[in-house]
Amino acid sequence: MQPVLELRHVSKDFPGHRAVDNISLELPRGGFYALLGPSGCGKTTTLRMIGGFEQPSAGDVLLNGSVVNALKPFERDVSTVFQSYALFPHLTALRNVEFGLRERKLADREPRAMRALELVQLTGKQDRTPAQLSGGEKQRVALARSLVLEPQILLLDEPLAALDPKLRKEMRAELKAMQRKTGITFLFVTHDQEEALSMSDKVAVMNQGHIEQFGTPEEVYLRPATPFVAGFLGAINWFGKTGVRPESTRVSRDKPDGVPCRRAAIESSLFFGNRVHVNSVLDEGGLAVAELSREQNHFEEGEAVWIHWEPADELHFE
Amino acid sequence: MKRKALGIYSAFVLAFLHAPLLILIVFSFNSSRFTVWEGFSFRWYRAAMNDPQLADGLMNSLIIAVVAALLSTLIGTLAAYGIWRQRSVILSGSLYLSLVTPEIVTGVSLLALFQWSFRFLHMRLGLHTVVISHIAFSIAYVAIVISARLRNYDRSLEEAAMDLGASEWHAFSRVTLPSLAPAIAAAGLLALVVSFDDYVITSLVAGVDSETLPMVIYAMARRGVSPVVNAVSALIVVAFGAIILLSQRLQEK
Amino acid sequence: MSLRSRFLLPARVWMALFFAAPMAIVLSYSFLTRGEYGGVEQPWTVENFIRLADPIYLSILWRSIWIAGLSTALCALLGFPLALFISRSGRRRNLYLQLVLLPFWTSFLVRTYAWLFILRDTGLVNTVLMRLNIIATPMQLLYNDRAVLLGLVCNFLPFFVLPMYATLERLDPALLEAAADLGARPFATLRRVIIPVSAPGFVAGSVLVFIPCLGAYLTPDLLGGGKTVMLGNLVQNQFTTARDWPFGSAASLVLMLASALLLASLMRSRMARELT
Repeated sequence: MQPVLELRHVSKDFPGHRAVDNISLELPRGGFYALLGPSGCGKTTTLRMIGGFEQPSAGDVLLNGSVVNALKPFERDVSTVFQSYALFPHLTALRNVEFGLRERKLADREPRAMRALELVQLTGKQDRTPAQLSGGEKQRVALARSLVLEPQILLLDEPLAALDPKLRKEMRAELKAMQRKTGITFLFVTHDQEEALSMSDKVAVMNQGHIEQFGTPEEVYLRPATPFVAGFLGAINWFGKTGVRPESTRVSRDKPDGVPCRRAAIESSLFFGNRVHVNSVLDEGGLAVAELSREQNHFEEGEAVWIHWEPADELHFE
Repeated sequence: MKRKALGIYSAFVLAFLHAPLLILIVFSFNSSRFTVWEGFSFRWYRAAMNDPQLADGLMNSLIIAVVAALLSTLIGTLAAYGIWRQRSVILSGSLYLSLVTPEIVTGVSLLALFQWSFRFLHMRLGLHTVVISHIAFSIAYVAIVISARLRNYDRSLEEAAMDLGASEWHAFSRVTLPSLAPAIAAAGLLALVVSFDDYVITSLVAGVDSETLPMVIYAMARRGVSPVVNAVSALIVVAFGAIILLSQRLQEK
Repeated sequence: MSLRSRFLLPARVWMALFFAAPMAIVLSYSFLTRGEYGGVEQPWTVENFIRLADPIYLSILWRSIWIAGLSTALCALLGFPLALFISRSGRRRNLYLQLVLLPFWTSFLVRTYAWLFILRDTGLVNTVLMRLNIIATPMQLLYNDRAVLLGLVCNFLPFFVLPMYATLERLDPALLEAAADLGARPFATLRRVIIPVSAPGFVAGSVLVFIPCLGAYLTPDLLGGGKTVMLGNLVQNQFTTARDWPFGSAASLVLMLASALLLASLMRSRMARELT
């Protein structure tokens, strides 16, 4: 099966710096994918090149096997949900959703638009203008507006960034459900690793214009390819060149047998409700964080302890 | 739309807007009285300084402008603050209306008022009627400047002051007023310029002895183009320009 | 009386005495008759308004509307691209706005006089053209409708540019990208997004130019000579030389009403709400 999107050695230069450096990517059809990375890593620029708002300085962007570099946004079968939603202020929600359908001169625009609004659970609000909608509602309209065109691939630029935390969690589940329901390939850009891990079938981790790893959430979390990926996907304790995640880090008073360990003194513990993060200062220098359950945390501040872990949980890099 | 084309076009329009004044200023230094450049000279400036009519007009204009500016700034500031705290549709409506009313209509209506009142008051048109008229139309300008500043002002500051024991008056005078000071100065300068420059209304309500500078210039312009007018105009442009720039700087504080 | 009401008092008094009362007087004069020596006396009549319907005066009214309308159209045509340019100028936009406003704050009289200097028979344009042997006799550039139009457009262009700019600022570039993303070609984007979103500023700017142009006095007076008589000139004439105050009041009222109605409809329209 042909991948729906392919990037072949794509680079993008801006005056003064190279935003995207020779990246290659293949996205199989029908999945939910994420471009994950810190600000400035090039993920938004990559998205914009796929959407047609930037031209690659080198390399090719292929949609369904054909090179689309020269095609303008209105000529590509790709739809973008903008970070600011970019809803047309002079149109109602319904007319916003119909916008692309009008361009295609389709006759049954209104029923289609209404179905799309139903999909995003906004029935009843179709006659409101953007000024009369909440942030979450505006996002749904933007989504419906793009989905109704049934594009080959739907691009989302940090779609949940402007929402409050509770709404964000709800929307994650909804977006995932929508992707499954419509079968359209979703590619979304985010700097939030929790989002990327929980929603995607595969994640491309970007840093300074490169893709450092492209894999399933389990792969990038449990078997990170580089120290950067390891550190970005979650917290990590470094013992020299070996990394151990806090949830794999154990604390005990007595020296454990047969496993790697280090002496340390408890510095503080932070209560997170269901888990406790215990911070300790290693005798050899440096800090280690252990994630323990409430029951496991029976340590006092200043107490001398042993930090240990299973060898299988170690992450090694060159 | 291509950015460069737009830029070139805009440059042309801006040049078109500024050209007449620049030309006037350049030619005010022309030593010839004709529109042919014959050399650089200050003679028209000297002639302007020595013209008694211009001097009288200038004096009258200054007196009127200063008095009118002071009073209209006071009244306008209070009005803008009052409206900000407590909406008054009638007052804001009438202020807006006074801005939009054609000057000629404002002028004749004030003339009608004065002449009507002179039946009882035994007065005549003079500096005082001009000052009164200038205050009437300047209040709106002042109110606009102060309102703009208040729009960005945090209401809770006064509430905090009152919470700490300040009276309404003190909340205003000790907290808000100092913050408004630059805007008030800016509004005052604006009122000064607006009053100084007025011709239409002034010409209708001024008496025989209270010719203002614009009235003198108008009369000279009517008689034909005089290089002296060029010089005076140049001075006015520079003076106004400086005052307005200062006013805008103050508003940005 | 609360402090706030006291603050409003001076302004209320002043506006009542020196804005409302004069208008009331003019209103009443418009229904009175001209006295023998130019005064105002009874009987009450609607004669003045009937007189305004005379062809001579109707033509003045028509000409005022025509000139104001043309000035507005020209200001819109010239001002829109300028406003567009400024809205896209990033950090320099305040500088450009200042440049647009600056001539406005110099003396109106001086600016109008400047055009006299440039356009008259022995003015700059004619002198230069004759020196270059392009023309033999001076062109009649002044004392006609064209000169008045020029003066009005030059003077009121900022009145259009400012509200237009304020609205264009809201035209987020992301909206244009979204339109293209949804399949709209450039012309369709212009028609379906740019124009509808910028319409409120366009209308506001137009009204803010039209109203003062309708009531213009000084510009037609200095630049139009005796030939371009607009409503403003008519009013001034009636209150001075012709000494027919009732008739002048009637004309003032018409002018005033037209201005107030236009402003009211602008304020009420949805567009005004969008601007605030």
